[in-house]
Amino acid sequence: MGNTPRATRRYSARSPLVGYLLRRLGTSVLLLFGVTIVTFALANLVPGDPIAAALGEGAASNPATVEAYIKERGLDQPLPVQYANYISGLFHGDMGISLRTTQPVADDLAQAVPATVEIALLAIVVSLGVGVALGSLAAYRRGKISDQLVRVFSLIGLSIPTFWMALVSFNFFFLQLRIAPGSGRLSPALAPPPTVTGFYTVDALLAGQWVTFTDALAHLMLPVFVLSLFTIGLLTRFVRTSVLEVLDADYVRAGRAKGLSGPRLLFGYVLRGASLPILTIVGLAFGTLLSGTVLVEAVFAWPGLGSYAYNSATSLDLPGVMGVGLVVGVVYLSINFAVDLLYGVLDPRVRLA
Amino acid sequence: MRKRRLKIPAAWITPLGVIGAVIAIAWVGIAFTARLWVPFDPLSQDLPRLQAPGIDTLMGTDALGRDIFSRLMTGASVTIPLALMLVLMSLVVGTLIGAIAGYFGKWVDELLMRLTDLVMAFPTVILAMVVAAALGPSLFNAVIAAFVVSWPQYARMTRSIVLGLRTQNYVMAGRLMGFSPFKTLRVDIAPNVVGPILVLASLDVGTAILLLSGLSFLGLGAQPPTAEWGSMISAAIQNFDSWWIGLFPGLAILTVVMAFNFVGDSLRDIFDPTSQVSRAGARS
Repeated sequence: MGNTPRATRRYSARSPLVGYLLRRLGTSVLLLFGVTIVTFALANLVPGDPIAAALGEGAASNPATVEAYIKERGLDQPLPVQYANYISGLFHGDMGISLRTTQPVADDLAQAVPATVEIALLAIVVSLGVGVALGSLAAYRRGKISDQLVRVFSLIGLSIPTFWMALVSFNFFFLQLRIAPGSGRLSPALAPPPTVTGFYTVDALLAGQWVTFTDALAHLMLPVFVLSLFTIGLLTRFVRTSVLEVLDADYVRAGRAKGLSGPRLLFGYVLRGASLPILTIVGLAFGTLLSGTVLVEAVFAWPGLGSYAYNSATSLDLPGVMGVGLVVGVVYLSINFAVDLLYGVLDPRVRLA
Repeated sequence: MRKRRLKIPAAWITPLGVIGAVIAIAWVGIAFTARLWVPFDPLSQDLPRLQAPGIDTLMGTDALGRDIFSRLMTGASVTIPLALMLVLMSLVVGTLIGAIAGYFGKWVDELLMRLTDLVMAFPTVILAMVVAAALGPSLFNAVIAAFVVSWPQYARMTRSIVLGLRTQNYVMAGRLMGFSPFKTLRVDIAPNVVGPILVLASLDVGTAILLLSGLSFLGLGAQPPTAEWGSMISAAIQNFDSWWIGLFPGLAILTVVMAFNFVGDSLRDIFDPTSQVSRAGARS
């Protein structure tokens, strides 16, 4: 691995890595268009009457209003033209008007995204930490009681309905025990920190507002705990399998033979070897986290994508729901693209295949 | 194949699998009989409202004065059969599509696999939510939406197995003997697909229940006054102080899903010796 001349050659224009990155980028862009086709088709071609839904029952009974609406939105044009309009609208940040908030969906979502990403990032870090610890433990103690316990716990984690867990833990830790802060991102007495990243914790630190930081962090705890349960179960099981696979590998035996043990062996050899398959599952775990936020945020009144999706869905606000679908689809694709990139960079075998 | 199949019954008896099977069978039994023995009509609103659990009403009453225990038990007959049906539907369609893609290859494979890529480009609950919202809120549409997101995993798995087998000598031999594609798939390939697909399906029952109740929680599935677990939990958001409204339906979901996951995970040990606890370990 990596004397200098080889390293430079590897990153030249015709190197397998660049080819691999371009291939992956191409697939992701194609999928991105696929995602827009899905949301476009669902918003326009479904059996329900989108015009009646958009205008409301009263206005839809007036033919003149309907005609004006059809003209205004270009609904009398052929479908390919409509799709082209939809795409060019997306490029201009036009995702339609929310029927519920009467604001442009794009504006609503721009405010909601950082709140959700803040939860999801923290949850993935927590899940990875706990998942790697439990999974490695189970693999090391394969077949023993602790392995069986980890297995049962991870299965239970995969079986918990997150929206219910959110409700129960909010009830228990806030209403009964009073040790968790209430809903939302901050206590009502505090003003949000000046916006830099949109993450309240990071922004508060940047502004040096220590009280705001701890308060924002405290508000994050419960949602992150609830969201992590499923991904912890998922990652634990996967880490266990991946670690088991490398535990028998020759290089780990070589490490043992050298007299290594404990953390040096675990972090330097075992987890290093197992990290690549674990990385692939992180992309998937992020998807389940994004799914989870839709079901969890509403309970905590967390003003993110999930609450927006919940409120849009319950009030049947189709533009709002489609907007969430599109944004989450794009975020999910980008994350999987990033995971693929990292994988290609870390494992030469992937990009040569 | 024959020899391995005969071994299975002995290996079935793992504590986890037995516990799971007993709970799952109990819930299925409840689903089919609950209407005969629940103490109250799950839809009648005659009881005092928001009553805490007690002797008369085991799990209390909700904001409309309905008995939660009765609603919970009859709720099993809404969720469980639908989830089983959903899994069966996804299994049949997904397996067929995967087999076709894997066996015929070329553009058929390309087309079908890009279709699964497209579905998998979304997180499941998000896509199901979008589809259900577009179709309009109803339990039937929620099942359709869940189906849309569920079939690709079966297609992917079947395809990869078929791809691996297609060029095997015994499959080739069958084709040279004049087997039609359909007969090859049925006789030479299907027996190898059954095990992994069965494992996937048993784990998927839990996922299906979580997905359907999640959609109902979002108001996109079961509509009032249907006694459905997800929508019962949703109703609890308006009555935070009455903890019993949300607690019990969630426990119902948790126990059913857990039971099917226990069974599925134990089946996985049997069909896939490399995963989880080793077979040797499980036997000793």
